[in-house]
Amino acid sequence: MALLHLFCGNGSLEMLQSMKVNIKRRSLYFGISTLLIAAIFFTQCQPSAGVADIPDKVDFNFHIRPILSDKCFACHGPDANQRKEELRLDTREGALAALKDYHNRYAIVPGKAEDSEVYIRISSADTTQVMPPASSNMKLSDREIKLIKKWIDQGAEYKPHWSFVAPQPVTPPAVKNESWITNEIDHFMLAKMEETGLSPNQRADKYHLLKRVSFDLLGLPPSLELQERFINDTSPEAYEKLVDELLTSPHYGEKMAIHWLDVARYADSHGYQDDGLRTMWPWRDWVIHAFNQNYPYDQFLTWQLAGDLLPDKTKETILATGFNRNHKITQEGGVIDEEYRIEYVTDRTNTFGKAFLGLTFECAKCHDHKYDPISQKDYFSTFAFFNHVPEKGIFGTIDASFADPPNMQITEEDIKNLLTFINKKDTTKLEVMVMKDSMGLRNTHILTRGNYDAKAEEVYADTPEAILKYDTTKLGNNRLGLTRWLLDPAHPLTSRVFVNRIWQEIFGRGIVKTAGDFGMQGDLPSHPELLDWLALDFMNNGWDIKRLVKKIVMSSTYTQSSEINKKKLEKDPENIYLSRANRTRLGAEMVRDHVLTSSGLLNPEIGGPSVKPYQPEGIWESSTSGRGLLQTYIQDHGDDLYRRGMYTFIKRTVPPPMMLMYDASNRDQCEVRRLTTNTPLQALVMLNDPTVLEASRVLSEKLVVTPLSVEEKVEKAFRLILCRQPNEKEKVLLTTYFQDELERFARHPEEAGKFITIGEFPKQEAEDDIEVAALMQVIHTIYNMEEAITKS
Amino acid sequence: MEKPLLENRLNVNRRHFLGKLGLGVGGVALGSLLAPDIFKSTGEEGEGLPLGFKHFASKAKRVIYLFQNGAPSQLESFDYKPKLNKMFGEDLPESIRGGQRLTGMTANQEKFPLVGSKFAFSQYGQSGAWVSELFPDIAKIVDDICVIKTMHTEAINHDPALTFMQTGAQVGNRPSMGAWLSYGLGSENKNLPAFCVLLSRGRGNGQGVYSKLWTNGFLDSIHQGVQFSSGEDPILYLNNPEGMDMASRRKMLDHLASLNEMGYREFGDPEIHAKIKQYEMAYRMQTAVPEITDLSKEPDHIIKMYGPDCLVPGTYAANCLLARKLSESGVRFVQLYHQGWDQHGNLVGEMPMQAQDVDRASAALVTDLKQRGLLDETLVIWGGEFGRTNYCQGKLTKENYGRDHHPRCYSLWMAGGGIKAGITYGKTDEFGYNIVEDPVHVHDLHATILHLIGLNHEKLTFKHLGRRFRLTDVHGKLVKGIIA
Repeated sequence: MALLHLFCGNGSLEMLQSMKVNIKRRSLYFGISTLLIAAIFFTQCQPSAGVADIPDKVDFNFHIRPILSDKCFACHGPDANQRKEELRLDTREGALAALKDYHNRYAIVPGKAEDSEVYIRISSADTTQVMPPASSNMKLSDREIKLIKKWIDQGAEYKPHWSFVAPQPVTPPAVKNESWITNEIDHFMLAKMEETGLSPNQRADKYHLLKRVSFDLLGLPPSLELQERFINDTSPEAYEKLVDELLTSPHYGEKMAIHWLDVARYADSHGYQDDGLRTMWPWRDWVIHAFNQNYPYDQFLTWQLAGDLLPDKTKETILATGFNRNHKITQEGGVIDEEYRIEYVTDRTNTFGKAFLGLTFECAKCHDHKYDPISQKDYFSTFAFFNHVPEKGIFGTIDASFADPPNMQITEEDIKNLLTFINKKDTTKLEVMVMKDSMGLRNTHILTRGNYDAKAEEVYADTPEAILKYDTTKLGNNRLGLTRWLLDPAHPLTSRVFVNRIWQEIFGRGIVKTAGDFGMQGDLPSHPELLDWLALDFMNNGWDIKRLVKKIVMSSTYTQSSEINKKKLEKDPENIYLSRANRTRLGAEMVRDHVLTSSGLLNPEIGGPSVKPYQPEGIWESSTSGRGLLQTYIQDHGDDLYRRGMYTFIKRTVPPPMMLMYDASNRDQCEVRRLTTNTPLQALVMLNDPTVLEASRVLSEKLVVTPLSVEEKVEKAFRLILCRQPNEKEKVLLTTYFQDELERFARHPEEAGKFITIGEFPKQEAEDDIEVAALMQVIHTIYNMEEAITKS
Repeated sequence: MEKPLLENRLNVNRRHFLGKLGLGVGGVALGSLLAPDIFKSTGEEGEGLPLGFKHFASKAKRVIYLFQNGAPSQLESFDYKPKLNKMFGEDLPESIRGGQRLTGMTANQEKFPLVGSKFAFSQYGQSGAWVSELFPDIAKIVDDICVIKTMHTEAINHDPALTFMQTGAQVGNRPSMGAWLSYGLGSENKNLPAFCVLLSRGRGNGQGVYSKLWTNGFLDSIHQGVQFSSGEDPILYLNNPEGMDMASRRKMLDHLASLNEMGYREFGDPEIHAKIKQYEMAYRMQTAVPEITDLSKEPDHIIKMYGPDCLVPGTYAANCLLARKLSESGVRFVQLYHQGWDQHGNLVGEMPMQAQDVDRASAALVTDLKQRGLLDETLVIWGGEFGRTNYCQGKLTKENYGRDHHPRCYSLWMAGGGIKAGITYGKTDEFGYNIVEDPVHVHDLHATILHLIGLNHEKLTFKHLGRRFRLTDVHGKLVKGIIA
């Protein structure tokens, strides 16, 4: 993420030269660069250095399967149609069977690598014999070959894929440094650190900790009042009291909802090219409510997947099923109805797989999964659960429908009595899309190559058996049964997948890094025992989400400082072992929320129709099809300009540009993990977005009218934005800068006049333009500091 | 979405790192400065980095794609079918239709009356290529271009067809062609993005465009197409606010760098240095981009060549001229979209207006590049997302008609960048409905474009969600007949 893409080309040798000079110059001051040069030199001279040691005992799950899966399974794996020479290596039985054409030869002879065709072929120097073949563009490394040899020599033991085996109870491991431990999490983390020769950082100072936990739990910065209260509370329970207070804030639900909206691909338009308006925000209000009420995850999941099928269903449980209607819907004239209806059911099936099982179901739509035990038949059997909705591929015209059937009307009465969390602001009719089954409406078939019109064998509601057997007689064959299957205590994935994502949202990286792929091609967990412990703890304690979140943020692992020393950077650059807190940039919504909150502009209202804040002109207009209500962007005014980022209107074909630049999801499909990049376009947003400039002006105006000294004004702004006290150097730099700017604007008062007109928020009466402009400039600089939008 | 390995795009393992050293030191040293993790062994192949080098030598360095959005009719542009004029009003024989699925717009039509071009065709140039009277300027450059008459696709509706042309898949959030090229080769210019997008709209019936068409998909967001606008900010958020000139900005950035440097001393996070660099790059873009987008200083003969519209920001002509400037400055992929080509009805009224908007500037771009000696290293592509039916949609009269979507054949032309000039490739039947010789599937076109720019479409892969993805999925054959 650290790189300037704009000069990665092969054409800028000149750049290279100057950068080299740069390295040298900088290396005088910074150890890191010196290290780099050393490393370059070292690597060039010793190409074989650094190959990790071969372990004494080679483990199938941790060492062998990743190699076989990545390099062999495409032709020798679960997909029967693509299997070459009838050889499969994904099962021991297959690997030990006699070869098709050589009945006395075997792919694997346990204990005898030299006699095993697998080893002979992967180590062959003959390009016509070597595996994987040259045409695959893949090669095994020396280490990989050695691992496979040793594994075969040690008996070629197979194990089931780790994530398909239910989590097992584990006792937190013993550690040397007991005094560091706050809760069970720390046992697992510290044990690994001690094993690797790492030790945890000291506890973070209170300022950094407060900012971190405030963003992690609320997505908002702490107020000055809270900063002071927390800093001055010297009781041992100060931090726990703080966490409890944050967990009861109504903004907690908003923060938690942001990730879920990505998972649920929530948006305010239908997507596809006409991209008309839809009304799903009441569902979004429900999600916030559900997190704030701390609905247990089993209930949260059941209502969203099957709230319409519950025996005691209410309008609230039905509203929750909007989850499965958030997918895109086409309005393009002339599409073939069934083609798109199939597309929607596909989306639900893929979303189900990724959101709840952490598996790449979509790979099995057109053929058996190449890596995971999900056959095409499994795919369409799961598809069958979502295939009974009385819906159409295209409904009416673009102007006709904001909520395609099946839908549900929400009356004023409903909002008064039951759906009190819906922030409805006017008296217009409110209709949202929800789920409904019309059993017997249609049968489900396998679709050959995934084509909507190529019906093959008929299939019935079922799930992949390799995960957990689905007992139709016990569970029934509808979505309610499907939720019971997910919540079976023996289910290996449901709890793990969810706790992993909560972990990811807090630490910036999941215990399983590939949060959307717990399958064979996904990353292995960095701390498998911890993942199991957390998963079981979560299930055994009533799927209590707030309890899980609290457990994590109370841990010593979480509360460490984020300082990075050379040794740690060298040993664990990705910080997999969490021997320090991660420094992570705030997510797109939080960047906005921070700017609005710290300047005092935030309108903290929760829920309601999405809003349209400032947006560069012409973005919607230049790409519209010319149909529907969303051809032109009609910006809101007043309070609606200052709502949290999560309420910014998402038109799928033209998502809010600032959000995309900061790596938010485009809500095209289910996403369970955002990237964090660092680009010059982001710098341009912070430098020139009127939102940031307006916030700087408004905060400046507020401070200018106070009797505070210049130093105090700068310090106050600094504390609001960085959430800590400035040090002496920072103070001097900023106040000197203020004086310089004061002089500049005094020389050019017309510039000051222009500078402070940014944004619609009313200007203060009788203010000193010059001073406001100068302080605004300083505040704007503080907003642009790296630390401002970083949790550290 | 999963984007493994992307957090550290240069997070390659040692083996790959060494492999790269042999091929081009540039990318490595630059990368290593900013991504120290490069030296960490991940046990994975180094995927996710801009490879920064070609798989093999090639002429083309850059691509300009003039996308005619909405699907211009091949029957009124490059695929001359006099038989359709003779058979005016007669029903399309079922033997020719051969079970082709129909869009919802004509599926209920009882008859499929054939209709020929209302516009006259002639042969031009040494090559004798047929071009309709709607494109007089393109007709003059036929010896510089290669017309493919046998493009075919799978989708029959705009959204999936456009998405397919641009990303190699009808649905899903796959990286677009420009993003793949940016990923594969990076940028030649340190002050400009590798992948730029320019939009314009004609007077004909339009279809929308959407940012998914220039998405980075699962690649790093630095490979996302950067949309240029004709408004005050040529790139979003580029301009400083009023009351802030470049000197003040410079001063602010200097202070900012000092503050961030203090932060680095406290936290030791290399990310902070990367951030400082991003701000410097943003600053350089603030100067470089307005220089590029200012077309007012172009000499008269250039303005004349592209036509007076080229001085009106946001027009197709202005975008063509801007495309040349961006490309000349090293932008790897310039993607234009011109909307308005969806002539379901009133084709006779709309198509001349559409053609008028694009004909002169499209031809001028090719000529301009040629005169500058850049055509050899720039691949120009002109075409839409599918073709149009040989039968009339809606009411057929002597004066007017419309045409529905047709996936089985359509025309597209390319120029420069290692393309054989002055040829026509492929043959359709006399009904202009089916291909009889040398079909070119969308995947084949993609494979060929990548080849022309020096990339092997089977090797340009990115591992995502456990699978190695390609622009061409698991398909694509080189169209050798059009490669010079």
